[in-house]
Amino acid sequence: MAYFTQQLINAITLGAIYGLIAIGYTMVYGIIGMINFAHGEVFMIGAFISLIGFMICSLLGIGSAPVAIVLVLLIAMAFTSVYGWAIERTAYRPLRGSFRLAPLISAIGVSIALQNYVQLVQGARPKPGGQIVSGGFNLFSLDGFDVRVSWLQIIIVVVTIVLMAGFAWLIARTSLGRRQRACEQDIKMAALLGVDVDRTISLTFVLGAALAAVAGMLFLMYYGVIDFFIGFLAGIKAFTAAVLGGIGSLPGAMLGGLLIGLIEVFWAGYFSSEYKDVAAFSILVLVLIFRPTGLLGKPEIEKV
Amino acid sequence: MAPRAIAMLKDAALTALVTAALGIFIVGFRTIDVGSRTGLSFDYELTDLAVAVIVVFLGRLGLSLAAAGLRWPVIALGVVMVAAGVSPMKLPSGFLHWFVALGGALLVLRGIWPWADRAVAVASHTSGGRLVQEIGAKWLGWALLAVAVVLPFTPLADQKTMDLGVLILTYVMLGWGLNIVVGLAGLLDLGYVAFYAVGAYAYALLSTQHGLGFWAVLPLAGMLAATFGILLGFPVLRLRGDYLAIVTLGFGEIIRLVILNWVDFTNGPAGIGSIPGPTLFGAVFAETAPAGRQTVAEMLGIPFNSNHRLIFLYYVILVLALITNLFTQRMRRLPVGRAWEALREDETACKALGINPTNTKLTAFAVGAMFAGFAGSFFAAKQRFISPESFTFIESAIILAIVVLGGMGSQVGVVLAAVLLIGLPEWFRELGNYRMLAFGLAMVLIMVFRPRGLIGHREPSIRLHPVASAGSG
Repeated sequence: MAYFTQQLINAITLGAIYGLIAIGYTMVYGIIGMINFAHGEVFMIGAFISLIGFMICSLLGIGSAPVAIVLVLLIAMAFTSVYGWAIERTAYRPLRGSFRLAPLISAIGVSIALQNYVQLVQGARPKPGGQIVSGGFNLFSLDGFDVRVSWLQIIIVVVTIVLMAGFAWLIARTSLGRRQRACEQDIKMAALLGVDVDRTISLTFVLGAALAAVAGMLFLMYYGVIDFFIGFLAGIKAFTAAVLGGIGSLPGAMLGGLLIGLIEVFWAGYFSSEYKDVAAFSILVLVLIFRPTGLLGKPEIEKV
Repeated sequence: MAPRAIAMLKDAALTALVTAALGIFIVGFRTIDVGSRTGLSFDYELTDLAVAVIVVFLGRLGLSLAAAGLRWPVIALGVVMVAAGVSPMKLPSGFLHWFVALGGALLVLRGIWPWADRAVAVASHTSGGRLVQEIGAKWLGWALLAVAVVLPFTPLADQKTMDLGVLILTYVMLGWGLNIVVGLAGLLDLGYVAFYAVGAYAYALLSTQHGLGFWAVLPLAGMLAATFGILLGFPVLRLRGDYLAIVTLGFGEIIRLVILNWVDFTNGPAGIGSIPGPTLFGAVFAETAPAGRQTVAEMLGIPFNSNHRLIFLYYVILVLALITNLFTQRMRRLPVGRAWEALREDETACKALGINPTNTKLTAFAVGAMFAGFAGSFFAAKQRFISPESFTFIESAIILAIVVLGGMGSQVGVVLAAVLLIGLPEWFRELGNYRMLAFGLAMVLIMVFRPRGLIGHREPSIRLHPVASAGSG
């Protein structure tokens, strides 16, 4: 039981990170119907900017962890969203109206280019991030097994919940959210009614990238090590989460993230850690075969 | 003129600002390992960043000028940048010189583009130009084939060239195989390398553990890969295009991870070594034959030369690739091939006309997988050593890039793209690490500027009512 609870806590932490990345996939898919294959790389860049941000903070002598975290969070969100914006502007926007697979192929190109760009300028070796937050407390003990919750895990879950709440508010209440929902329903009609579609799509990419940057920072803090290749696996798993929850649905993305976190952690904990990625990929395949609309998604009707 | 100039400057400044924002952390602060346990420290690369920002500023300005029709200033700017790039000016890295010069070269190109474009358009309307075009369309493939056949007999054929030739032909074959799936049937397959891996491991395991020869395993490997294609394809082929892409990516990764982790069966990350090469009528390519065998040199009564093996491999892959091509060309004229092309254009219409989309897609998937299996066997026989590292996603992406650059559906285009994407980087080894970066950028640029590839081919192979001067490839 204690082991189970411990795994559950770890799974929720991991799921929160996947959920944050998954939102980027789901939003973009909801609005322009493309899989932003490069989103995993945006997450990786967010992690790198966070790493460099933390190092600058320690150079400047900012000793207090909360201040450093908030500062780095803001920096990473701001500068990673420039990447999201620039990718959309240069690699996807010119392709609107091209053939169906064009944006996906372009996204694969962006993904390869970004990976190698970071490898070139930052080196291929894994980068240790150091420990920014340490410590924790024992939740309870059972049969000599301590169930521990670290402060870090609490920070990750709290940051995720706060951001999700803010994000839900943004979509439901602000004019930007209204424009986004309008574009999601019918992009042509929205344009006819005076919604600036290009701007809305740009902002969608910016928001997705900002959330991916947060996920990158949390990932860095949680695992302590990053390299230029983390975006590939994390991206695919987050995409799986988005599909599992129902692509296009924001609560679905969060739910899917949690489920993927649970599956991965429990598979590694109870079966074998070598095959945990296989388990995640198999889930993706199974969901797409048996329930392509996901858990919370709406069925897609193809009109001719 | 003045407000326009100001607008251009503003635009260029904004672009430069965005570049600065993109680069400030990732490029400006290079994290480097230091020996101690604390981990990392910084190298400040702010000069690199500044140069990049200036190049982007000038580049953007040049593009706006070109768009406004001011060609001479653009060309002048480009020439100045090229000169700055090749000058012995002090820049922190050789790459920056390249970067500046390349930016300048692109500007010059952009400056003369309208003239070149018009010149080509005019030339293609003269009778001579039309003749060249016709010959190009009809005979380019044959010319390439002739070059490929005689290459080993020319003085060019040293070991390096032959190695490269084998490599390029392998990718040509893979490209042609994937072309059936992506180019003809319109299914984006991101896990193509999985079937390549199946073929390679089939030969490696059957030959090292059961002593089967290359020619016996080749059809088996193809069939095995095709079976995998059907098994994997059957459940997923009713998915829409981009979902299919991700699922095939997932399958590719699953197969790689299984190969990596199933150590008892595949020897895991250590790979399989000492795989025998292909034989010629039972004779082996080696200096001394194993017991009961004969070397090729003895059989033909010629002195031993280590290049013979390479030349033989070259012809094997050439023949395999040609079979792939011939098969595809034939299939395109059969009902199923026509159904592939129809399916690519409009799935709903196909359904309405009574074409079973799942079966049709499945054939394309299986046929494509089969050729990947052949190529995989050949790869194992050529390398004599395989490990899961050869079958990563990036391989799938490279093959896809070849098909996309070639112009989806065009057979000659695949050859040109393979020579361009595989051959050029091998010749220019200095490109080194920048190779994959250029690769990714090239994929984006092709999609933006030339989504139909080098040789766009979207004409149906067969028309009901032949149109006058319809091109075919």
